[in-house]
Amino acid sequence: MFFPVSQVHLNPLVLIGLGFVIGVFGGFFGVGGSFLAGPALFALGVPFHYVVGTDLAHIVGKSIVAARRHRALGNIDLRLAFIMVAGTLSGSECGVQAIEALKRGAQVDRVVGVVTIIVLTAMSCFVGWESWTALAAIRRIGPGAGSATLDPSPVEQIAKAVQRIKWAPVVSLPHSGIAAVSLWAILGVAFVGGLFSGFLGGGAGYIRMPSMVYLLGIPTHVAIGTDLFEIIISAGYGTVRHALNGNVDVLIALVMQTGAAVGARLGANLTPYFTGPRIRLAFAPLPLIGAVLVVYGLIHGHPH
Amino acid sequence: MRSSKKHVWRPFLLELAVYAIFLLVYFLCVLHFLGGWLKTVFEHDRAIYAGVAILLVIGQAFGLEILTGAILRWLGQKTS
Repeated sequence: MFFPVSQVHLNPLVLIGLGFVIGVFGGFFGVGGSFLAGPALFALGVPFHYVVGTDLAHIVGKSIVAARRHRALGNIDLRLAFIMVAGTLSGSECGVQAIEALKRGAQVDRVVGVVTIIVLTAMSCFVGWESWTALAAIRRIGPGAGSATLDPSPVEQIAKAVQRIKWAPVVSLPHSGIAAVSLWAILGVAFVGGLFSGFLGGGAGYIRMPSMVYLLGIPTHVAIGTDLFEIIISAGYGTVRHALNGNVDVLIALVMQTGAAVGARLGANLTPYFTGPRIRLAFAPLPLIGAVLVVYGLIHGHPH
Repeated sequence: MRSSKKHVWRPFLLELAVYAIFLLVYFLCVLHFLGGWLKTVFEHDRAIYAGVAILLVIGQAFGLEILTGAILRWLGQKTS
């Protein structure tokens, strides 16, 4: 199939398959999947400036489907999502400006590559250790511990410490089971997620989803649904910005979305059958895959 | 767990088969003809292209969600 905007010939079945895999990841883990979609689109022959914008456009569509499923499952905290959008958008702008500054110094590939590898590897190791420890604790509790609502964490004191910060204004998040948390803490977490999104590209759900769990104390299932809802708005903003600069081939995004719609539904429907720590343990290798792809790109001169 | 997995996979595979037929028709009728028009808009007015792009993505997402939901309900009635 010929895609006239980006002037490339691509097999639509490959795009649908890719969309499906990323859709399952998105629905199950609450991530955009750009760490997989970006390198895959580039490997298929899509010019790199189209990869970033097109990936964002596809993320919007897939996240709508997955977020609607999570909303039906009661996994979206709308108040939290709307607060986080403000932090994410401002963080994203700062990340984009940081990239522009680095471009002027001609160091952008190396700096972004090394930062990405360090962040993704650290995230993968931490989530792996934390979820493994949580699962060991569940096993010690004994029978009946398999309930999907059970969501312990060995580092929950971090979230409790963050919730003790009472800088005004303080908001309550009843849907997430949080009586009071500083608005600045939520904005801070969202800002860091947005910063990585602008700096490294994609939705940065691999940073934001674990940060919501570990730093704010949001239950894993709610963090997944809320992150997806928030990605719709932030990735939608990014899509329009990139489309104005001519970096979006919307036809590629639409074809990928047809596969992603089914995958996202499946991924979202599977979440009630797994406990929070099990989902986090399954999530742990994903950032590492992204890190390996970046190492490969740096070695082979991938234009980040 | 086994029955719950069956509960997820069986309707999903049925949905996939019906969905594939709809998808083929969609590719032939819509995306094939949309390409040329989108290319023209892309070259002449980026602001309109950006607006059309985001509307298409959102519209298709809701359309697919409604379609897959309808297929699931239809399959549910057939199997019951």
